[in-house]
Amino acid sequence: MITVKKLVKRFGLKTVLRGLDFEVQPGEFVALLGPNGAGKTTFLRILASLSRPSLGEVNVAGYRLPHEAAAVRARLGVVSHLPLLYGDLTAEENLRFYSRMYNLPNMEARITEVLEMVGLENRRRDLVRTYSRGMQQRLAIGRAVLHDPDVMLFDEPYTGLDQDASSMLDEVLQTVAAKGRTVVMTSHDLARAEDLATRFDILSRGVIAASATRRQLRRSNLLSFYKQALAD
Amino acid sequence: MANGQPNAQPPSGNFIKAVSAVVWKDLQAEFRSRELFSAMLVFSLLIILIFNFALELDVETRRSVTSGVLWATFAFAGTLGLNRSMAIEKDRGCLDGLLLAPVDRSAIYFGKVISNLAFMLIVEIIVLPVYSVLYNINLFQPGLLMVILLGSIGYVGVGTLLSTMSVQTRTRDILLPILLFPVVVPVLLAAVKASNGFLEGLELSEFLLPINLLIAYDIIFIAVAFMVFDNVVEE
Repeated sequence: MITVKKLVKRFGLKTVLRGLDFEVQPGEFVALLGPNGAGKTTFLRILASLSRPSLGEVNVAGYRLPHEAAAVRARLGVVSHLPLLYGDLTAEENLRFYSRMYNLPNMEARITEVLEMVGLENRRRDLVRTYSRGMQQRLAIGRAVLHDPDVMLFDEPYTGLDQDASSMLDEVLQTVAAKGRTVVMTSHDLARAEDLATRFDILSRGVIAASATRRQLRRSNLLSFYKQALAD
Repeated sequence: MANGQPNAQPPSGNFIKAVSAVVWKDLQAEFRSRELFSAMLVFSLLIILIFNFALELDVETRRSVTSGVLWATFAFAGTLGLNRSMAIEKDRGCLDGLLLAPVDRSAIYFGKVISNLAFMLIVEIIVLPVYSVLYNINLFQPGLLMVILLGSIGYVGVGTLLSTMSVQTRTRDILLPILLFPVVVPVLLAAVKASNGFLEGLELSEFLLPINLLIAYDIIFIAVAFMVFDNVVEE
């Protein structure tokens, strides 16, 4: 579903990604872990076609970036720590706007379905700026799944959420992943990543330093695997 | 798509729909908050009031400075609006939300141009009668209104592109006028000369050149912005 070969990203003289190779099979849930500045967000922005690679090959859902970016974006849902929602619009107006941008058929039915999925049906006519951070993040997930994408990218989705909101987000994420979607999530929260993901990749100094599936990790634990990968 | 065909439709047939979605969203959000509009309007009214008191001139001299005062007012207020319009997109990550849509990105540019132009024209429609009363000059001439429309299109066309660039920097409030004013000078000069021609009651042939230049600048600026917008918004 995602194939990345020898990806390099430079910002001026600074090289953030240094020949990164990465592959994700359909239906996999990959947790992309690493210290601050490792290049996780940059990598996700390239996968999302928000940033151009300096060198290398990137294929998402069978389409090549950056040449077939619009086709990739039609099959991609992105959630970041920012909600990507307009505070002066209601929840349903936000979703209606994005439905138009994605040219969705049966728009109103799909909006209702998504609002029910994220548990905001009873707040659909409230302005988003009156929502709590947790509710905004749930609506952000609703926005990202509106067009029923094959691939979901989550960039630190738990940032700024309290315990209750994080637990609710867990449930929504599990629902999203249960539909057979391919998911790549960056996170600093190892415990949450361990609960959700089926594979764990450690990004360090611009390359994938280590990778292990849930099955391979049974004999050890994610924390020690993570520490070992960064030490190597 | 996770369980079959993608719900999102091919981008080719979506251009007009995406443009109208961006315009609808901007107008709806502004109708609620009135942040951008009220800032532009109050600023414009303050400028013409200040000029009114600063320039204690006779009627004839007032007529000769009118086009300059008007366009200075529109340019300053327009910068305020352009900055605010893009800041709304940037602050909550909404610009990324727009860029993630499977549409030709120039649809986003045209949507923002149309909504920014709408805000600017509404402010101008309110400013003109106030100016007419304060300066005792009739500004409601079809030719002059056409020049104001053409000048505003050129200003907003290039301003929307540059505000998309400047909003991605920390110094966006300062950077936009620094980038915009040198680029938009030809539009402003042509607009001032053409407006002056109508206000002075000259023959059209005497100031046809600035009007033609204004049309040419509008086409060139919008065509260039259309071509480079995708590169401007992508890292």
